Amino acid sequence: MTLQLETAPHPETLRRVAIEPISRVEGHGKVTLLIDEDNHVRQARLHIVEFRGFEKFVQGRPFWEIPVMVQRLCGICPVSHHLAASKAMDQIVGVDHLTPTAEKLRRLMHYGQILQSHALHFFHLSSPDLLFGFGSEVARRNIVGVAAAHPDVAKQGVLLRKYGQEVIRVTAGKRVHGTSSVPGGVNKNLSSEERDHLLKDIYPIIAWSREAVALARRLFEQDLERYNSFGRFDAHSLCLIRADGAMDLYHGGLRARTVDGKTLFDHENYDHYWEHIHEEVKSWSYMKFPFFRELGPEAGWYRVGPLTRVSQCDFIPTPFADHERRDFLAFDGGNAAGATLGYHWARMIEMLHAAEMIKELLHDDDLLGQDLLVTGERRERGVGMIEAPRGTLIHHYRVDENDLVVRANLIVSTTHNNQAMNEAIRRVASQYLDGQTLTEGLLNHIEVAVRAFDPCLSCATHALGKMPLELELLGPDGALLDRLGTAP
Amino acid sequence: MPKLKVATTSLAGCFGCHMSLLDIDERLFPLLDLIEFDRSPLTDIKHCGPCDIGIVEGGICNAENVHVLREFRANCKTLIAIGACAVTGGLPAQRNHLDLGACLSEVYLTEGGLEHGLIPNDPELPLPLDKVHPLHEVVKVDYFIPGCPPSADAIWKFLTDLIAGRTPKLGHGLIKYD
Ligand code: SF4
Repeated sequence: MTLQLETAPHPETLRRVAIEPISRVEGHGKVTLLIDEDNHVRQARLHIVEFRGFEKFVQGRPFWEIPVMVQRLCGICPVSHHLAASKAMDQIVGVDHLTPTAEKLRRLMHYGQILQSHALHFFHLSSPDLLFGFGSEVARRNIVGVAAAHPDVAKQGVLLRKYGQEVIRVTAGKRVHGTSSVPGGVNKNLSSEERDHLLKDIYPIIAWSREAVALARRLFEQDLERYNSFGRFDAHSLCLIRADGAMDLYHGGLRARTVDGKTLFDHENYDHYWEHIHEEVKSWSYMKFPFFRELGPEAGWYRVGPLTRVSQCDFIPTPFADHERRDFLAFDGGNAAGATLGYHWARMIEMLHAAEMIKELLHDDDLLGQDLLVTGERRERGVGMIEAPRGTLIHHYRVDENDLVVRANLIVSTTHNNQAMNEAIRRVASQYLDGQTLTEGLLNHIEVAVRAFDPCLSCATHALGKMPLELELLGPDGALLDRLGTAP
Repeated sequence: MPKLKVATTSLAGCFGCHMSLLDIDERLFPLLDLIEFDRSPLTDIKHCGPCDIGIVEGGICNAENVHVLREFRANCKTLIAIGACAVTGGLPAQRNHLDLGACLSEVYLTEGGLEHGLIPNDPELPLPLDKVHPLHEVVKVDYFIPGCPPSADAIWKFLTDLIAGRTPKLGHGLIKYD
């Protein structure tokens, strides 16, 4: 099932075309294509070009700082890192069960995050491709163009995102990089004024989320053949699942299924994820390539995120979203649920689910409770997992007797999708670009495939790297500031 | 009045400052009557053209960042460093006391759960710098907005002042350093 375009036999004879930077995604990445003299694509790669060093520089920091530090991995989904790290640190302080108030506040924050991130991705970043066409005019292909052509769609997008951000502000203290989740619980509850502030808009938010699902479906229907086949490939899947099989984006056990629907493991405690998930490194990307250990690096790569979660859960525990899930799975004989562009539709179903969950939680008086924190017996190791907007997120730490972090391993959502995104661009390269004279519009098709995954290339670049070359950086006055690294 | 051209980019940052810009919410629409986006993560313009205002998030961690920053400086009449990372290097600069070689081998060679460990070294990957630098060490910067990220209200006040031709002033309550 893996396509052949990863490595061309004689790259030196080929022409290089780069899409750099990939735009309307979060983070820093590029795609390179190698093309022969007859315009056939011989190689296509998605490169993650930056490294940050989080896993290394959190070492030596006190463990309670970590949930606040690590969210600086990503400003689009900081709550995911804030919470995954908090869950790991709950383990460190020996807490397996939070108070109801703490758990529900964290959940509320998380569903606010899902709502705002999915709205941002669909409306601000991807809708221009979907509404105007993949090869449409560059100048119009952005949220400003959408605001001019479809003012209602743009406005709802902006207000949906705003609402999610408000949920985060009220629960976390700030819209971006809040501070309320702490090892063992939270440091703030909700006041009844804050609850009323959020309650007053939740019904239009649910209504607009339903309209967004309908829009995603309509786009699919209007161009069924293309939406079904665009960048399509088969892949194994991974997600967290609640004990009764329901979608649960905050907590659960691991469910992995193979391409042909066989269960590889299910309801597996994520505490020992490394028994199932290993990573491979390739020379041309700073992002690693995870795979199921049971199946090996060649065949064991998989897909995570909305498409996987919506199609692999047994049900969604809120009524509107579950109804939409069933429609999605039944649509066109189940085809949409395996399509790369099916990600958009599934993402909108999850946004609706998040809105419904927020409504449910806001009616729960536990949010106003006073009992915020628990403590237990200190442990050495903590693993925290969550379903972030883009997929399964793993945080893993060891803390020494002085309360300092001594080891950290983070496998972020986008990293799980690394091979899948490479497959998608290779598929699109053979479907649309091969043998053609490349135009800007055609190249955007490649980006449309990458965008479907809503990659967070800034999260995915947390590892440190170094290149075997030397270069000097000079300041505005010509003084030597830095030397680029030499080989270790 | 012709619209002002504004370019934005994220270098070694987390996009949180861009998120805070979008947190002006529906004020985005009146803003779009006054400005036009050039290169930005929100558009598909890949290189910065002549602009009135350039907004840069994130510090400098590799050769490509340097290149993009210089392109912004050459094209933007006013260059703004937005957020802690751009102003001081921010959280990513916590790696500045570490040896890159050692980190690299830990992450790509010796970490648990690795198969085929190797250090990425393809020419397509931009050269990393030994240290993360703030913007003003590499180019002249006209304005600095602190905060991680600065709030939407701070960004709104700053931009509307600048666009109206006033000297931007962030009063008490809008300047924050977290
Ligand atoms: S200043 Fe803060 S919010 Fe802005 S890019 Fe840096 S870490 Fe992100």
